[in-house]
Amino acid sequence: MVGVKSVPSPAISADERSHEVDHPSSQVAHFGAEQPLRLDCGVDLTPFQIAYQTYGELNADRSNAVLICHALTGDQHVANVHPVTGKPGWWETLVGPGRPIDPKHYFIICSNVIGGCMGSTGPASINPATGKVWGLDFPVITIPDMVRAQAMLIDRLGIETLFAVVGGSMGGMQVLQWTAAYPARVFSALAIACSTRHSAQNIAFHELGRQAVMADPDWHGGGYADRGIHPHRGLAVARMAAHITYLSDAALHRKFGRRMQDRDLPTFSFDADFQVESYLRYQGSSFVERFDANSYLYLTRAMDYFDIAADHGGVLAKAFAGIKTRFCVVSFTSDWLFPTSESRALVHALNASSARVSFAEIETDRGHDAFLLDVPEFFDISRAFLQSAGKARGLTGRKDG
Amino acid sequence: MSVQEVLPLNGVTSGAAGQYRVDHLLVAEMVKPGSKVLDVGCGEGDLLQLLETRGIDGRGIELSREGVNRCVAKGLAVVQGDADTDLVNYPDDAFDYVILSQTLQATRQPRVVLENLLRIGRRAIVSFPNFGFWKMRLQLLIGGHMPRTENLPATWYDTANIHFCTIKDFVELCDEINVKMERSVALDLYGRPVPLNLPWWVWNMFGEQAVFLLSRGGGK
Repeated sequence: MVGVKSVPSPAISADERSHEVDHPSSQVAHFGAEQPLRLDCGVDLTPFQIAYQTYGELNADRSNAVLICHALTGDQHVANVHPVTGKPGWWETLVGPGRPIDPKHYFIICSNVIGGCMGSTGPASINPATGKVWGLDFPVITIPDMVRAQAMLIDRLGIETLFAVVGGSMGGMQVLQWTAAYPARVFSALAIACSTRHSAQNIAFHELGRQAVMADPDWHGGGYADRGIHPHRGLAVARMAAHITYLSDAALHRKFGRRMQDRDLPTFSFDADFQVESYLRYQGSSFVERFDANSYLYLTRAMDYFDIAADHGGVLAKAFAGIKTRFCVVSFTSDWLFPTSESRALVHALNASSARVSFAEIETDRGHDAFLLDVPEFFDISRAFLQSAGKARGLTGRKDG
Repeated sequence: MSVQEVLPLNGVTSGAAGQYRVDHLLVAEMVKPGSKVLDVGCGEGDLLQLLETRGIDGRGIELSREGVNRCVAKGLAVVQGDADTDLVNYPDDAFDYVILSQTLQATRQPRVVLENLLRIGRRAIVSFPNFGFWKMRLQLLIGGHMPRTENLPATWYDTANIHFCTIKDFVELCDEINVKMERSVALDLYGRPVPLNLPWWVWNMFGEQAVFLLSRGGGK
């Protein structure tokens, strides 16, 4: 008989995860009936909540606030130990003491996106109208919806203008949406490994991921929460497929090659003989411990719908006409999910709008994931960009190490 | 005459002047403070930094990734791009000045590039090595080989400079495309401006490089 081991069940129970959904171990901003969130789909979402983390202190003239926007599977725990996984913050390479975005200089805010599953209202939250988990009754959200919600949070925090909005991948999309929707509220924008629209190839990969979730019988048309189960197999497969797109052929080859996992010879089975298989299974199973399957559907959908030019008569430059925001756009040579050509199109549009823009392509073989990894050139550029913007903003007493 | 004659330059002390290239100091002197400038082929951003000290809003385009990344790491607004292909993305009159410093000879279509400079900018400042310089002529005439100098050390087969010209050639191109020369300075081997009162052929002979301040000609 051929040995088969499927993706293992998660070590962390659905209960632990779902507790964070409604009662996050973060600060929470509640928005009641008087402040609905106007969604692009036409629905007014109310009430809703946003879970967020802050680091550092807001200065007297409220000019040093930096908003970090997280990527598809990120959350607000950018620079602290994750409450579910116990792992370090997802962007501690960039954010933290001595890092380019240092809480000593900036008031750093990171919120969980609307539609997420770490405390901001999303499909895993309880629908107050029914007392049950929203599931697929949750309205479809967009990147502009996420940003609209963040703007309401920033209002709530009493901040008029953000010194910087920073993000990579889906976070970068939010950065660009911020500049398109609220140009006067963004002094500087650091958009990394992203695009002004989701490409057909990226939509295709997302559809693959969604179909994997929906093909899991435990998904139950999105109603798994009522049954106390989670389609962890389907979600793990979605994550495994997506994870490949975050890497590169060269990075996979360097990291794993054709090396075997804890064995010298093939087992002539479908067990994880190769290290790369074992790695992917690990990525899949650890992801499902902290992420909700429906949330994955909604957030991938939001990215698919993203197209700034389409919202501005098909002309990207119109989205940034007359903008005063200082931009820094960064791409990575081996990123085939958001290739440099996408960043270049953005830069051309910004040039056409006479915006102040820096654009660097960084050479690395680590693929899309490079923005989360230790890439010194990327940090140097981020640091210098923010320092230069800080000088223009009149942020004083900043001495970075 | 010496570098010092380009000075005083606001924001640049005579003590600090030594760290800048002579042609950069000349260019900086031609740009009115407070204006908006695009430096095409900005290298590692030395000129942009000099302009910044004078309160000029400078942007840059650079072909090499290393150059761009060094500029961005200095906090400069520089993007990776090619003078031949990327200038078309800029709207008309986007800048007060567009600078092309020691880059014209490396472009594939110098004429189109020059036309674009004066479309994007109300004025253009162009500097280039003069192939009519006597040492260049001598190398070809006596040595019988393609000229190489301290500033242009590359051999013919690995040089990025594919469109060399003389001062005379450049002036003819400006006439051809109706570009007005507002100011022109030739620098000799020692970086000293060649006296203005001398005739063109002297410039063409003794200028090792030239810097031109250009604007759009009227009519035509």
